[in-house]
Amino acid sequence: MAKERTIFPYIPNSVPEVKAQMLEEVGAKGVMDLYVEIPDRLRFKRKLRLPPPILSEYELKRHVGGLLDKNKNIKQYLSFLGAGCAEHFIPAVCDEINGRGEFLTAYVGEPYADHGKWQALFEYCSLMGELLDMDVLSCPLYDGAQAAATSIRMASRITGRKEVVVQKQLNPEVKLVLRNYLKPDISIREVGFDGTTGLTDLTDLRSKVSSRTAAVLIENPSYLGVLETQAEEIGKITRERRAEFIVYTDPISLGVMAPPSQYGATIACGDFHPLGIPVVAGGGQGGFIATHDDMTYISEFKDLMFGITNTTTPGEYGFGEVLFDRTSYGSREKGKEFTGTSTGIWAITAAVYLSLMGPKGMEETGKTIMQMSQYAAKQMAGIRGVKLQFPRTPFFKEFVVNFDATRAKTVEKVNRALLARGIIGGKDLSKELPELGQSSLYCVTEVRTAEDIHRLVQAIKEVA
Amino acid sequence: MPRDPDTLLRKFHEARWDEQIIFEMSVPGERGILVNEADPKVRKAVGNAASSIPNGLRRKSAPKLPEVNQMRVLRHFMHLSQETMGTDVTIDISQGTCTMKYSPKVQEHMAGRHPGIREIHPLQPAETVQGLLEIIYSLEKFLKEISGMDRFSFQPAGGAQAAYTASSIVRAYHASRKDLERTETITTMFSHPCDAAGPSTAGFNVITIMPDKDGYADIDAFKAALSKRTAAIFITNPEDTGIYNPRIDEFVKAAHDVGALCYYDQANANGMLGITRARDAGFDLCHFNLHKTFSVPHGSMGGAVGALGCAGYLAKYLPVPQVKYDKKKGYYYDYGTKDSIGKVRSFMGNTQSLVKSYSWIMQHGAEGLHETAVCSVLNNNYMMKLLSEVPGVTIHYAPGKRRLEQVRYTWEQLKKDTGVGTEDVMRRMADFGLQHYWTSHHPWVLPEPFTLEPCESYSKDDIDEYVAVLRQISKEAYENPEFVKNSPYNQVVHRVPNPSINEPERIAVTWRQYLKKGLDKKSSSKLQSKRVHS
Repeated sequence: MAKERTIFPYIPNSVPEVKAQMLEEVGAKGVMDLYVEIPDRLRFKRKLRLPPPILSEYELKRHVGGLLDKNKNIKQYLSFLGAGCAEHFIPAVCDEINGRGEFLTAYVGEPYADHGKWQALFEYCSLMGELLDMDVLSCPLYDGAQAAATSIRMASRITGRKEVVVQKQLNPEVKLVLRNYLKPDISIREVGFDGTTGLTDLTDLRSKVSSRTAAVLIENPSYLGVLETQAEEIGKITRERRAEFIVYTDPISLGVMAPPSQYGATIACGDFHPLGIPVVAGGGQGGFIATHDDMTYISEFKDLMFGITNTTTPGEYGFGEVLFDRTSYGSREKGKEFTGTSTGIWAITAAVYLSLMGPKGMEETGKTIMQMSQYAAKQMAGIRGVKLQFPRTPFFKEFVVNFDATRAKTVEKVNRALLARGIIGGKDLSKELPELGQSSLYCVTEVRTAEDIHRLVQAIKEVA
Repeated sequence: MPRDPDTLLRKFHEARWDEQIIFEMSVPGERGILVNEADPKVRKAVGNAASSIPNGLRRKSAPKLPEVNQMRVLRHFMHLSQETMGTDVTIDISQGTCTMKYSPKVQEHMAGRHPGIREIHPLQPAETVQGLLEIIYSLEKFLKEISGMDRFSFQPAGGAQAAYTASSIVRAYHASRKDLERTETITTMFSHPCDAAGPSTAGFNVITIMPDKDGYADIDAFKAALSKRTAAIFITNPEDTGIYNPRIDEFVKAAHDVGALCYYDQANANGMLGITRARDAGFDLCHFNLHKTFSVPHGSMGGAVGALGCAGYLAKYLPVPQVKYDKKKGYYYDYGTKDSIGKVRSFMGNTQSLVKSYSWIMQHGAEGLHETAVCSVLNNNYMMKLLSEVPGVTIHYAPGKRRLEQVRYTWEQLKKDTGVGTEDVMRRMADFGLQHYWTSHHPWVLPEPFTLEPCESYSKDDIDEYVAVLRQISKEAYENPEFVKNSPYNQVVHRVPNPSINEPERIAVTWRQYLKKGLDKKSSSKLQSKRVHS
């Protein structure tokens, strides 16, 4: 008996009778006749070598679920990893909204049938604007690293200068993106930090900021967790040289910390991942850039901007494209850098998060993060041989722990032993910042409890 | 009454909630959610830890976020979602070049909810994420087979970022050969703008080739533009016109002959799966949009993946880390050599999308991919036949030739006859429950364009309904052009008279900017709106 052809549920016209009708309509004998324009020499002659398909939905679920089951996840394991992707509380309403098929499967529709999407993204910009105390944001970027890179390119176009000064301890995920993205014309100068405080070395900074400097970019809170307490001073040094002061910030800190605009930043940027988005193996990142309402800056954004406006009906909000010709969609290679599909669904999620949190929720969350992380740091500092790398500098969410004087001696050994106890230790810094010795970056957010911390401390006592 | 069986038209109205902006719903004191506080033990030990923030860095006044109760926040965003026409609710043949295919729910339920992906930190040791790495490794194997390329990177988080990443690789490749005079790239006008803007961002001067009279990139102009300054060509085939260029390998050979690399933008791959491969036509690099061809949902403009493939000799330049396999070590991260361009996106990109595309390929296999391709091409040629009979529609270039997965149509004739242009028709079509079609990238080249892509997800009946709507609007245009020009009517909102906002005083991209500029007061309509709401 001949094998029956599969009717694929996602390919309705794989039904032979329908296909035959359509072929007749177009005047072709078979579907391959439609490929007449592809010359024989360019035809792929054999069958693709792919695994046999798993046709039933049930079996597919078993197969993919089986693979995913092999992963050890951070709900089973107690994790202290952060470094740009921290575990935070996610309100149920965030997941409810980003799971809505209308949002999930929309794309680039116009502001009539897709009015809701335009409004949601306008609200994302508006809510972020309040958090950052700045007036202007564009549609989201790929991630914080892209936001940092584009902020620097904006600064370079604004100032006409080709140098940028960044911290040596900048998050390597960001730094590696900058090193490529700023080529070929913008050079990066790194400014060092004090090994005992974690703060930027101002003497070094002064020596590196000049009339060639397009921008100084600092991370605050820094990659190593500490608050850059000299941020205002850094801003002054930067602005004296008429360079742009870019601050890469963590939006979830801004319920308790001042937004960068309030200590002199001309451009604020960062990653809005903490705002209601899962860690999802790094797939939950999303970048933002904010500036004041100044055409010098607005004209340099690279991504789409949705402006609120009127319709022909009194009292109705409509939306339109702002300065479309800025973008590569409008002007191809003459646009600002390039734009494209980015992270719409996560920006809508961040809008839901900020709407739920309100001013009080953000303040309380910021406070809880600081309490939990300080508590964890304090507890860990009480373990023999373990010390805090920057014990006197205030920090947010993350802190550096040094294991040089422990029996285990290396972070690698500590982490391996912790893993065996169901704990994923902090990020090992020993290779990227060897001057910090055997140090590890611990991340403690509002989702951790005192019990979690005690479990960690007990485990480290046993293994370190 | 359900869809009219004779005309196939629906009496449709999209949800219209007359929704306020979230800030207008604020009631001081309301809470959307209560958050957990630190244990008393912790509070006792560290006090109000936020007081450790030095004065200059402390937030003095709370952010002016709205204060809205939870149900109202939920309702608000539910309303906004209902006022959005995702592919889940419409026949989305409209967004041509975007391959708006069905994103299977089973994928979303797995990749969106399974803790084995949702609750994975990107910096976890490889030994703890073997299942995920196996999926990534296998997906790379699949795409290698589908394209003929030797390696893939999934870091680019969109097609445009893939084109940019390829540009970075091109730059690194020539630099490694000390071939520093290669400052130009060549693209074609009917290729996506990212094929011009990506290389430009990477520092190249871009030359754009216009179409010839048959709609193909002009090969003589192309050959004349090639020189020892050419670093690479960034092209696609078929271009937005849907016409496959049978001389594509001649373009590639000519570029190689002057020492340039060749990049194939395969955003359009849907009609060619298992039919023809990028590497076999000589290309050195290509990318697939997993959010187009490989079923990842478009997410209201992302997250996305521009899976970037390359020939073996370019693999060392790919972003890091790459996923590799070793019998002893299992799957592991390879941070590469000094030649890598580094990173373009933090961590590993949009990994959840990789789980979805992996699932989609596993569900289809070689036979299903082939069926995808042929049905998308059959759908397209069927639809072209029907549309060729709609008054006012013109199909430019290469008459009588088959198209692959999409067609660039125009309403040039309709505009001449009635004054109704493509943007008018575009607005009107949503009144029948269809997403607005996409016109064309800028500049238009062809007057009054529109671009449709009836991919394999759409049935014959779906296509018939879609064409019926365009036929109806054409009829309306000939009978009552003003009616079409003033559309939409059954939409969330009415026509925006001036949707291009370029004047500084009109720019309001945030609510605070809108209020500061007094745009709420300037609009008398707003006052009326307030009366309505009171």
